[in-house]
Amino acid sequence: MSTIDKALEGTGKWFDDRLRVARGTRTLLRKIFPDHWSFLLGEIALYSFVILLLTGTFLTLFFKPSMTDVVYHGTYTQLDGVHMSEAYASTLNISFDVRGGLLMRQIHHWAADLFMAAIMAHMLRIFFTGAFRKPREINWLIGVTMFVLGMLEGLFGYSLPDDLLSGTGLRILEGVMLSIPIVGTYLTFFLFGGQFPGQDIIPRLYIIHVLLIPGLLLALITAHLFFMFHQKHTQMPGKGRTDQNVIGAPLYPYFAAKTGAFFFYVFGALALLSTFAQINPIWIYGPYNPSGISSGSQPDFYMGMLEGALRVWPSWSWNVLGHTFAFNVFIPALVPLGIIFTGAAIWPFLESWVTGDHREHHVLDRPRNAPTRTAIGVAAVTFYGILLLEGANDIIADQLSIPLFTITWIARFATFLGPVIAYVLTKRICLGLQRKDAHLLEHGVETGIIRQLPDGEYIEVTRPVSEDAYAVLTARASEPLPLPGPRGDDENGVPDPAARHVVGKLRLRLNRVLTENVPLPTGDGHGNGHGNGHGAPERAAVTTGDPAGPSAGPGGDGSSETP
Amino acid sequence: MSGTGDTPYNLPPTGSGPAGAEETRAPHRVIGTPSPAQQHLLLADGDEEAPPPAPRELPADPEDPVKAKRAERAVAACFIIATLAGFGFIVAYIGIGVHGINSTLRSNLALGTTLSVSLLGLAAGATIWVRNLMPQVELTEARKPLASSEKDRQEFAETFTESTEASQFVKRPIVRRTLIAATLPLALAPVVLLRDMGPMPGTSLRHTVWRKGMRLLVYGPNTPIRAADFSSPGGMITVVPDGYQQDLDALAKATTIIIKFAPGELQPPTVMNWTVENIVAYSKICTHVGCPAALYEETTHHILCPCHQSTFDAPRGATVLFGPAARPLPQLPITTDAQGYLVAQSDFHEPVGPSFWERG
Repeated sequence: MSTIDKALEGTGKWFDDRLRVARGTRTLLRKIFPDHWSFLLGEIALYSFVILLLTGTFLTLFFKPSMTDVVYHGTYTQLDGVHMSEAYASTLNISFDVRGGLLMRQIHHWAADLFMAAIMAHMLRIFFTGAFRKPREINWLIGVTMFVLGMLEGLFGYSLPDDLLSGTGLRILEGVMLSIPIVGTYLTFFLFGGQFPGQDIIPRLYIIHVLLIPGLLLALITAHLFFMFHQKHTQMPGKGRTDQNVIGAPLYPYFAAKTGAFFFYVFGALALLSTFAQINPIWIYGPYNPSGISSGSQPDFYMGMLEGALRVWPSWSWNVLGHTFAFNVFIPALVPLGIIFTGAAIWPFLESWVTGDHREHHVLDRPRNAPTRTAIGVAAVTFYGILLLEGANDIIADQLSIPLFTITWIARFATFLGPVIAYVLTKRICLGLQRKDAHLLEHGVETGIIRQLPDGEYIEVTRPVSEDAYAVLTARASEPLPLPGPRGDDENGVPDPAARHVVGKLRLRLNRVLTENVPLPTGDGHGNGHGNGHGAPERAAVTTGDPAGPSAGPGGDGSSETP
Repeated sequence: MSGTGDTPYNLPPTGSGPAGAEETRAPHRVIGTPSPAQQHLLLADGDEEAPPPAPRELPADPEDPVKAKRAERAVAACFIIATLAGFGFIVAYIGIGVHGINSTLRSNLALGTTLSVSLLGLAAGATIWVRNLMPQVELTEARKPLASSEKDRQEFAETFTESTEASQFVKRPIVRRTLIAATLPLALAPVVLLRDMGPMPGTSLRHTVWRKGMRLLVYGPNTPIRAADFSSPGGMITVVPDGYQQDLDALAKATTIIIKFAPGELQPPTVMNWTVENIVAYSKICTHVGCPAALYEETTHHILCPCHQSTFDAPRGATVLFGPAARPLPQLPITTDAQGYLVAQSDFHEPVGPSFWERG
């Protein structure tokens, strides 16, 4: 027995004597983690958060969250003698007088952007593969909450240096808060400790940024990971993968080594970016002054959608009975993002209600196999994307020499038309891909070999798809279910009781839209090379919601395909 | 590997039946079934004698020892590079000072490069290790349904009901209701405690610091300006109230722009009595969400807010031409004092800046 084994044994004994962990830890070591590149997206978010905690802690050692007016006489001589807040001065100090300070600041900022980008990509992966379905709805809601918290955390974080750009962001926050009917003015005065900008906002945002929101995020991340662990990770469809198993490599050593390496990749990539790609050069912007601004003022990308909404919205504002309804600010600040977040939060429950699907799902959907869900997701991305682009309309106007107002007018229409077009196109593409899959299953893979038959006819030789591909192509057991008895009347002409009233009719109609699919080939002969006897699944098996679904393996011997 | 739609469809070995494909990978076992390696405990019971070798779940060594040897060297090389870069980081920290723009640049490059190389060296080494040194395996773990068994649920329900009954919580409504009543004011207390975070708004949003006779100082140099200083119509000048040059709270509402026009260019609804020799003064604070409306296009006389592109028609009372702002920029009544300097006639006659509920 080697020294390492002995040491482990001693340590193991010490802990097990006190905690009885041998059995649980053994199971843990062999916990299986399935592999797919898209499973890394959530890890990027997690590791960005860890890096944010590390670099953020370093920054707090030097940052002074104070709005006290000081006159700068420091290293950055271009601002010598300029009035500024202590917050801004200490940020200059971190950048120019603390060794590694600039690097840590830039890693912190890049990591925040990466954190939000990874959250978005991760959420899209979850949505498009149907990973939010039972039993993972709670984790989906936690994820949506963390997205909102991440946006606030980022906004408050980049406001702290009190530079001209971030101060303008706070000014917009003030304007948005003032537009809230009835309580807006009071909320604004309480948050800012009086009139904008006051002396309180930076210290208040600071404690929210370094304690309150990170604490909430940490608690939610812990819950998120615990549920993921407890429920076991989902897996992509493939040979042998079912809702009753999980196939992959064990935690120790494989997953531990991979995920450890991945942490270093994320950290290394952020360090490289921060070395060579400057971000948030606050010394160029100058200290905040409500009289000044620079053109091309843009928030960080994750706030860009809100910025775009504020830009695109027309000037709706009314005075009624001595009160101002500033809907030119309140509506765009609340509604577009509200649609995205509310829509995301209720989608799992809506889908399960419409499809009547209350089964556990652990094998993921390929996006094409849920065409309507995929189309709705792409429509939402389009909606978000158009408003994000509109948030940079001045940059686009400048770079592409398109008149500014033209871009805004295009965005005003595109905000509504773009998602519709995206929905229709995506659904067509998904159904087309399903047809391609059905064709592959029915006719096999084209080999490129041309053969002449004895009677002189030329044919192309096809081969049945491989077992692995077959498993993927037929993995449709968990696609959205049609409602039982969606055709309405039973044999006596009595309508399904669930479909009688307005809500029931709506549900049926939604159900038909949501379960629109190209049927899998029925395997009824004409030399398809599989299905004989074993029965490649029939469409009927799917529409009746047989939980076993198309579980048959590839049948036949392929001989009928190859002449 | 086979999750996306673009999987290449490999041809199966000729003649192989669908279920006949031999599993060539590492041993396959469903976790949850009794392990053949059960005797092989990490925490041996003080028994140093190894039990007879049992079939393993994970092979001890990779298949190809030659390839593994190469990988071993590559991993070590990566880790050595990471070590050197790590030391390099410390050396760069000690050796390269900051306190200057160029030295900060050098320090950032040195620290960042060494840190990146060190981290990426570790990452690359670990990747080669796991991919080429560890034997490749694929294991299957069974999933049990997440829901508890009916029996467990039944027992839980019984226990919970029993406990609830013992607590008397349901049986004695007066206890229950008074308990809820007792927690309500406590739940409100934190909200009440937040009251002193700020003063009541009052009418403060309706006024700025501008007063009769207060001079307009050019923003930046903070010098007063005469009407005669404008040689010809032209650009837009930002002005601030005299005495409040560094008062950000005052500037957040009182910052003003002045523009001189050619005779006859100014049109209603501009208030002519509030102008001096075709010089007009408007609030710089955008009526949308309060950004400074800082861009001015001399040829079209458009004032543009760079935040959300509200566009105002400068010669016509700064009325809104485009964008999300709902109201014109308020006009500041100006005149000249005895020395000929531009001064305010009074405060703005309406609230400046973004809309708020009580504005009306």
